[in-house]
Amino acid sequence: MIIQTIAFYFFAAVAVSAGVMVISARNPVHSVLFLILAFFSSAGLFVLMGAEFLAMILVIVYVGAVAVLFLFVVMMLDINFIELRYGFLQYLPIGAVVGLILFAELVLVFGSWVVAPEARNSLAAPTPELGSVSNTHALGQLIYTDYAYLFQTAGLILLVAMIGAIVLTLRHRDGVHRQKISNQVGRRRDASIEIVKVPSGSGI
Amino acid sequence: MMLEIGLSHYLTVAAILFTLGLFGIFLNRKNVIIILMSIELMLLAVNINFVAFSTHLNDLVGQIFALFVLTVAAAEAAIGLAILVVYYRNRGSIAVEDISMMKG
Repeated sequence: MIIQTIAFYFFAAVAVSAGVMVISARNPVHSVLFLILAFFSSAGLFVLMGAEFLAMILVIVYVGAVAVLFLFVVMMLDINFIELRYGFLQYLPIGAVVGLILFAELVLVFGSWVVAPEARNSLAAPTPELGSVSNTHALGQLIYTDYAYLFQTAGLILLVAMIGAIVLTLRHRDGVHRQKISNQVGRRRDASIEIVKVPSGSGI
Repeated sequence: MMLEIGLSHYLTVAAILFTLGLFGIFLNRKNVIIILMSIELMLLAVNINFVAFSTHLNDLVGQIFALFVLTVAAAEAAIGLAILVVYYRNRGSIAVEDISMMKG
């Protein structure tokens, strides 16, 4: 129990301080790296809560894909980030006020959160006993049966996002000669070869 | 109280992360990339809430919903960054106040 407590406070402190650094780092590359750290320690929190599958998905999807995408874009675009930081503290007061109000509201809502005793009797999908079925197994048994349509919809959303990103960033440049394989394959003999009777001594 | 890690501890961490995300949008209101990262931070806080309630109530559906939130967040990041790249290619800048062509 004491190890779990220490691990929780460690991961929580790392996640929160990495979150602070994400929004306050001078260099956006550092922001992305701290975002990766925040996701990683949140994955640790997920493991502590007993959601191992989601923790691994978080590492794979966020650290492996989304954060690298951010890093790629930050490094690819040639932007003067110093100029963008100008007026950084101008909106600090109103941001602090809105943030504090929101945080106070969240604390007021969740601080006195009590789960009704009857709620235990109306679970949509009770978690199986830990010893019998692993977290991944239990999730798979739910996703591929009761939530199959939602799972397919999630795949469709990813497909649409992929096609959208490709269509948005695809660029057609004028004046570039490209190989047109269909024209090459569709070439016929009579369209490209002409037999000419050449009278001797006069040339073509 | 402090040694026994319960639901409220995880909810507090999630609330702090969500507030940080909102604060980041106010603080870096010129830099679209940091704004996108702040949105990712807020979605992460939402996911922590989902999983905390899911394990506290012994109901797996919360984790399934968190999975779908993750999917949508990944799609949103991909599309957002693609739009950012196209915008930079056309205008040569990503400052938020320059995005005013459709103001009329």
